[in-house]
Amino acid sequence: MNFRALLLASAVSGTLFSVGAHAADMTIGFSQIGSESGWRAAETTVSKAEAKKRDITFKIADAQQKQENQIKAIRSFVAQGVDAIFLAPVVATGWDSVLKEAKEAKIPVVLLDRDIDPAGKDLYLTAVTSDSVHEGKVAGEWLVKTVAGKPCNVVELQGTVGASVATNRKKGFEDGIAGASNVKIVRSQTGDFTRAKGKEVMESFIKAEGGGKDICAVYAHNDDMMVGAIQAMKEAGLKPGTEVLTVSIDAVPDIFKAMAAGEANATVELTPNMAGPAFDAVIAFKEKGTVPPKWIQTESKLYTQADNPMSVYEAKKDLGY
Amino acid sequence: MLATSPPAAGAAPDLLALIGFSKSFAGFTALDRVDFTLKVGEIHALLGENGAGKSTLIKAMTGVVARDAGTMRLDGIEIAPRSAEEAVRAGIATVYQEVNLAPNLSVAQNLFLGRQPTRFGLVREGEMRRRARALLAEFGLSIDIAAPLESYSVAIQHIIAIARAVDQSARVLILDEPTASLDAQEVEVLFAVMRQLKARGIGIVFVTHFLDQVYAICDRITVLRNGRLAGSAPVADLPRLDLVRLMLGRELSAATGRRPPHEARAPSTAVAAFRGLGKTGYVVPFDLTLRAGHVVGLAGLLGSGRTETVRLVFGAERADCGAAQVAGQKASIGSPREAMALGFGYCPEERKTEGIVAELTVRENIVLALQARRGALAPLSRREQDAIAAKFIRLLDIRPPDPERPIGLLSGGNQQKALLARWLATAPQLLILDEPTRGIDVGAHAEIIKLIRDLCAEGMALLVVSSELDELVTYADEVIVLRERAHVARLTGAQVEVPAILAAIAEVPSSASPPVRAA
Amino acid sequence: MALRLPRIGTSQIVALAVILLANWVVSPQFFDIRLQDGRLFGSLIDVLNRGAPVALLSIGMVLVIAMRGIDLSVGAVMAICGAIAASLADSHALPVVLAAALGAGLACGLWNGLLVAVLGIQPIVATLILMVAGRGIAQLITEGRIVTFTSPDLAFLGGGSVLGLPTPVVLTLGMMALTLAIVRGSALGLMIEATGGNPRASALAGIGTRLITVAVYMWSGLCAALAGIVASADILGADANNAGLWLELDAILAVVIGGTSLFGGRFSIILAVVGALIIQAMNTGILLSGLPPETNLVVKAVVVLAVLLAQSPRIGGHLAGLGVLFSRKKP
Repeated sequence: MNFRALLLASAVSGTLFSVGAHAADMTIGFSQIGSESGWRAAETTVSKAEAKKRDITFKIADAQQKQENQIKAIRSFVAQGVDAIFLAPVVATGWDSVLKEAKEAKIPVVLLDRDIDPAGKDLYLTAVTSDSVHEGKVAGEWLVKTVAGKPCNVVELQGTVGASVATNRKKGFEDGIAGASNVKIVRSQTGDFTRAKGKEVMESFIKAEGGGKDICAVYAHNDDMMVGAIQAMKEAGLKPGTEVLTVSIDAVPDIFKAMAAGEANATVELTPNMAGPAFDAVIAFKEKGTVPPKWIQTESKLYTQADNPMSVYEAKKDLGY
Repeated sequence: MLATSPPAAGAAPDLLALIGFSKSFAGFTALDRVDFTLKVGEIHALLGENGAGKSTLIKAMTGVVARDAGTMRLDGIEIAPRSAEEAVRAGIATVYQEVNLAPNLSVAQNLFLGRQPTRFGLVREGEMRRRARALLAEFGLSIDIAAPLESYSVAIQHIIAIARAVDQSARVLILDEPTASLDAQEVEVLFAVMRQLKARGIGIVFVTHFLDQVYAICDRITVLRNGRLAGSAPVADLPRLDLVRLMLGRELSAATGRRPPHEARAPSTAVAAFRGLGKTGYVVPFDLTLRAGHVVGLAGLLGSGRTETVRLVFGAERADCGAAQVAGQKASIGSPREAMALGFGYCPEERKTEGIVAELTVRENIVLALQARRGALAPLSRREQDAIAAKFIRLLDIRPPDPERPIGLLSGGNQQKALLARWLATAPQLLILDEPTRGIDVGAHAEIIKLIRDLCAEGMALLVVSSELDELVTYADEVIVLRERAHVARLTGAQVEVPAILAAIAEVPSSASPPVRAA
Repeated sequence: MALRLPRIGTSQIVALAVILLANWVVSPQFFDIRLQDGRLFGSLIDVLNRGAPVALLSIGMVLVIAMRGIDLSVGAVMAICGAIAASLADSHALPVVLAAALGAGLACGLWNGLLVAVLGIQPIVATLILMVAGRGIAQLITEGRIVTFTSPDLAFLGGGSVLGLPTPVVLTLGMMALTLAIVRGSALGLMIEATGGNPRASALAGIGTRLITVAVYMWSGLCAALAGIVASADILGADANNAGLWLELDAILAVVIGGTSLFGGRFSIILAVVGALIIQAMNTGILLSGLPPETNLVVKAVVVLAVLLAQSPRIGGHLAGLGVLFSRKKP
């Protein structure tokens, strides 16, 4: 009997899962990867807040980037008999046996932020993730709309070579500008997702493109590189935000500061709120037996200078970014 | 049996015969047409000072180094092993001072390492243990064979290594300084094993520095000197004095044995005096007084405690008992730096590993000790360095006279002179020289001896270690003879003669007490 | 051991010149320099400015390597000191900020030095401890986020300029001059080379090898601290995860390119800095070339291999026509 059939059967009979349970009595365990980035810290903070909003008892286990710790945490959640388990998997493979244990204990598992190897699809309830190709596309479409037909040479700051997020955000952006022959990527280099490298690479782009006069827009695969690139442009006497358009992805607080100062134009949010939709899916499943889709895509919201960046900054700055 | 002499009546037949072994390394002759014969059931001592060629001979006969010339017969059949494994297969096994077995494996595993009894590719543990127990029982050893090798004393480890070697159907067993780190009781245990093997007809080549042991257990002695065969004789035909003479290469004759008459010098002030200086397991406590304008010589065989004595004096090794007085003041010497601050200098025996800094120039090597004494913050200016280097290059005739040449490119004798210059530049009160003329050409010998005399005449105190007794007696006012890590004789004035020194080195200890070694 | 006459650094200078020329070929405006807001501006200045952190690290590293040691912790020390500087910048005066950050660097060096000189731990193991733990310490200081600051005083150390030259370049030149003055002005240089060349002989010649060992690790820590301050000041924030990441390897490479042997002995501070510039000139050239980023590491590996081959006694000796010197037998 596959999992889906089991879930359907349980939804009908109402005997296997405690259908009708209230969110307030629920306990959910979250195996978090760790706190390797500001975004990850914000995700943890937001998850706690979202759990509190719904009166859910929320237990977080920090795996410190180790799969073995995550497996241990899941086993311990299973032993405690929690109502559901959230998992932000540090790697894509090697989850089969521990997820089977959770399934045998009839505890639904929800993946957050990252997916696992397709072989395990029937082992979890749903995956809440962002679509990084879509993020790039939103950024590209914003740029095409903003330049409104005028020719525009774009320089691109890529993420770490080989990282799937970098590949996807590059592809999405190219999809987004595909229809506009006036928008062209003239230079593309890796800035390793860091401020320092973003600044260094931007400095060389400026030199290589006639002191920056030929650059119409900068696209960075994350906001940190863009913050570095903005510094490089300012030091070269350019005016980012006006002379040079900027668009990047993640929506970390510092980019809103730059937007408020008129030095950055747009960012696409990678929401730290993955847990919210996951809670809702679990509650609906437990209370009404609604089986969620296998993939819940989070919103990739575009922020510009028109979205009152300072207030967004204030809201985000204490999330742990 | 063409090349070897026919066995003497009643003697055992030849087991192993080496004829005309020669080996050179980069122009240096380590072995020069050496013959060596080992008989069935014989314990044969192989003796010689540092660099005499013992290790090279052992390595050449076990295939570790390729010999340039020479043939080898085992039981009359010519063999030519090209590696230690081949030698073992042929029946020649070697146990080195540093047992090269696996310390973390069990005794049984070590005994059968690489030749475990197997069935269908699996090690038969039970069978291996049974055989290990039986094998060690032959040597009167009943120990836990499942325990790791390192949990046993060095002596037991040696016996295990010997058992392993003998079990590999060895006919010839080479023991390279097995007793160096054993105490008297352990030596007795080892001797018992050696006698047992002798009774089985195994021939043993025994390398040691302890003459007592040679006379306690060996049947025959072969002495090497400067890569050549110095002599070979049954133990009974070679009394101690003759043996020492063979090893040190002295022909006793009135002409060379007596030093030139010394004018009696007035006793001068003591530069440094040591009382009861010693270190457990290193050198037995001794008294030593060094006077301005006097040379004290240290004589003895290799490993007798000569180098150990001077290292204690210079603080290169920390003494654990005794007191020092320098210039009438109580002094503590815990490091070379402290010794230097008191006006000591020390040219070590190991010129390459402890003396020169090969990559640095002659000038830098010469100023090193003076600079170290002044401290890093009081640098000698380049002009001062050049002046010092030029002065000593001229004074000691260092060749080529180029102060900017890396010292590693100089000959041994010139390196030695530069090292002397390093210490002379510090104008020491006391200069310690360990084998100052070893490994250098004859011309440099004479120059260094002249220098020692001159320094002495200028009022410097000198402490000189030397195996060149002929030379030592020409400049030493006092000679201390060492044996078994103890100062056993002190010769002064007219007593400083080669025969007296040799006699003191060779003398059988009057008491029956075992020599002091590592506890 | 190959014995050589004192180096004059021809091969390093030639390598740098060749790489700069190659940069000019791929990017014709490479040598253009103009004045922008009182500050020199151009790719050549970028090479100096971006090369400053690794150059600073290599100044300390060359001394450690000359003593037969190695310091793997410098990247992590950069992160620690950068984090300290950024955390304090907005609440304290610059002298306090600098004293805290540089003091932390010295303390890190003291730790390494004691492990090596007193406890006798192998340098690669001893400094590996801080390399791993140090980044964790930096993350604790920043609480895992990028700590930003606005203090113009600290920002000046990264983005400011002195007489047109970017401040990091001036700081590096200053550190190089200071180190040269201390090491070559005193007898320390000779003692370091002697100890690296033959530690036992040097100890018997009365050199206080332990004290010097501790001192060079502390100096390496100080250089790393300055590099960390510069890196933080440059991006107006401390990024504990990425600051100085893998730069210890670049610094070691710079020292090796600069002709100092990993087996210790003779060293050259200036050539180690030239080595750092060679690495950075190459990085900047790759960025300017417009080659796809996937090729970055391949290009870098090929160039480094070429530079090191040119220096090898066998090949370089023939190239420089000095074959006779190297084939001469020891007398």
